Amino acid sequence: MKIKGLENISVKKIYRFLDAYRKIIIPALILIMLALPYILNSQYMMRIVIMIGVYSILALSLGLITGYAGQTSLGHSAFYAIGAYASAIISINFGISFFITAPIAALIAAIMGLLLGLPTLRLSGTYLAITTLGFAEVIRMIALNWNSVTNGPLGISRIPRPSLFGTDLTIANNGMYYLILVLLGITTITIFFIVNSKIGRALTAIRDDETAAIMMGVKTTKYKVIAFVVGAFFAGLAGAFYAHMIRFIDPNSFTFDTSILILSIVILGGMGTIKGMFLGSLLLISFPELLRFVQEYRFVIYGLILVLMMRFRPQGLLGGQQKTDYKFPKGVVVKDAENS
Amino acid sequence: MFVEQLVNGLTIGIIYALIAVGYSLVFGILRLVNFSHGSVYAFGAHMSLVFISMEFGIIPAIAVSILLTGLLGVAIDKLSLEPLRNKGSKPIAALITTIGISYIIQNMLMILFGSETKRFPQLLNFGSVSIFGFTMGSTQIAIFLISLVLLLVLTFLIQFTKIGLAMRGVEQNPKASYLMGINVNRVITFTFFLGGVSASIAGTLVSSYYQMVFPGMGFMPGLKAFSAAVLGGIGILYGSVFGGLVVGISETMAATYLGGSYRDAIAFVILILVLLIRPNGIFGKKGIKKV
Repeated sequence: MKIKGLENISVKKIYRFLDAYRKIIIPALILIMLALPYILNSQYMMRIVIMIGVYSILALSLGLITGYAGQTSLGHSAFYAIGAYASAIISINFGISFFITAPIAALIAAIMGLLLGLPTLRLSGTYLAITTLGFAEVIRMIALNWNSVTNGPLGISRIPRPSLFGTDLTIANNGMYYLILVLLGITTITIFFIVNSKIGRALTAIRDDETAAIMMGVKTTKYKVIAFVVGAFFAGLAGAFYAHMIRFIDPNSFTFDTSILILSIVILGGMGTIKGMFLGSLLLISFPELLRFVQEYRFVIYGLILVLMMRFRPQGLLGGQQKTDYKFPKGVVVKDAENS
Repeated sequence: MFVEQLVNGLTIGIIYALIAVGYSLVFGILRLVNFSHGSVYAFGAHMSLVFISMEFGIIPAIAVSILLTGLLGVAIDKLSLEPLRNKGSKPIAALITTIGISYIIQNMLMILFGSETKRFPQLLNFGSVSIFGFTMGSTQIAIFLISLVLLLVLTFLIQFTKIGLAMRGVEQNPKASYLMGINVNRVITFTFFLGGVSASIAGTLVSSYYQMVFPGMGFMPGLKAFSAAVLGGIGILYGSVFGGLVVGISETMAATYLGGSYRDAIAFVILILVLLIRPNGIFGKKGIKKV
């Protein structure tokens, strides 16, 4: 069975429309995002919006590893957990503000990413996927059993709220919303610049054909490790934010289900895109909340999304639009009229 | 103490081996880690519980359950993986598909049967047996013997029958086997059937050993069995059996001497170490990448 034309279903038209009016749409979107708390005017809705923000950061970070570099990771919740635990433990034991602990937590996650990345990148495809899964399970076991530090299965509670100039940021005073907006902005801009740099080109080359990339002189291991470290850094940042927002973490907040949810977002949105990550988290995080009656079937639907997307649209909702025409470097004179 | 733990380890280990064989068979032919295998195992255990509680005899009940689980394996292949093969998708697409399927099966079980742990009847208890002065449960001996016989039957099937020959052919080179007149898709489907059957038997044995079933029961044994398969060299049957026994014994030993809390981590530590030091497993041959 093959459905024809689904690959280029009117997405192209929507794209052309968005592209033509981007000068209006992008400022409008930013304005809407800034004014969102006053439009929705409900703490419950804002909580969902903030979770969409957290998962957007997670999806962007996994998108760099899986979407751009093509290295399937089934253990992204490990970095999320490391960030959350590190920030929570440091801020409780030393009484340091969130704005210092969060970067430290993200750095710790990045170091773990380096430790995982260096040896495992000898592996590829399935073996890598399984190793990351095993790594995430080992991290969860440590969180569960290292009672003196992580408080074991009881989890860590009463994590201090982030405070700025003496005021605590909460969901009620919209502080958390603007904080996640800033973090999301930082993540998006960083990922955008990485993807559009030499590193990004090397990563897509590795994804598309690793052997060919090696032949062209791309140091594949180096770039894969970079992808892992940057991805782990931002996942750790998201984890730190999550810990200080919910103010309670336990090992059950970071299971295999979380990793699969992040992966579903990346796949649904479109591997190798940035916009897709926002769309994917918007859809997957909001729908179980909005459609309460499918709550029970939530994970069945995640499973179906994975299966159906792989079958009919492996490039995701917004994927497959990335091909840009080849541009010659400046100063190259091309005689052929067609290419100029 | 040591001998009792060794027996416990061997009992768990042989069941891991039985599950690992399912991974190994599919991996050998498709180069695919069938993530849905753990949930197929849970499905088999639930089916056994359902049919046993209908009380039309234990052996027919288990037979029906085994058949149904085998058919589930076939359905997984026919509905989701065969279209991907025909389309020539990337290998990672098939992996993600099997993850999706495992989610669907596991959560459907949860919706249909409830997420709580249910009691499973003890099928194989004939009292304890004393051999050379060591007491051991007859359940353990029965599980060990049944699994051993099944593994031998599987080996026989693969080494000495026509379909086994076809399976080995497809494993070496699908295209050449196709040219020799082997129906490759049918061989793959049969492999999934065998995987479902062995998973169902393992699920039933484990459930009657621990006397409980729950929808999420397949996740951990699935991963541990996968570690076992990788340890022995995935795609090699006797490797899986060896790996299963090693994982089972080291797990029980770790639980006894290091404390039970890290019990579940042992398999993953073994897995990661094997992948780092010898990615092809102990009995695996080194693969050559051709361009």
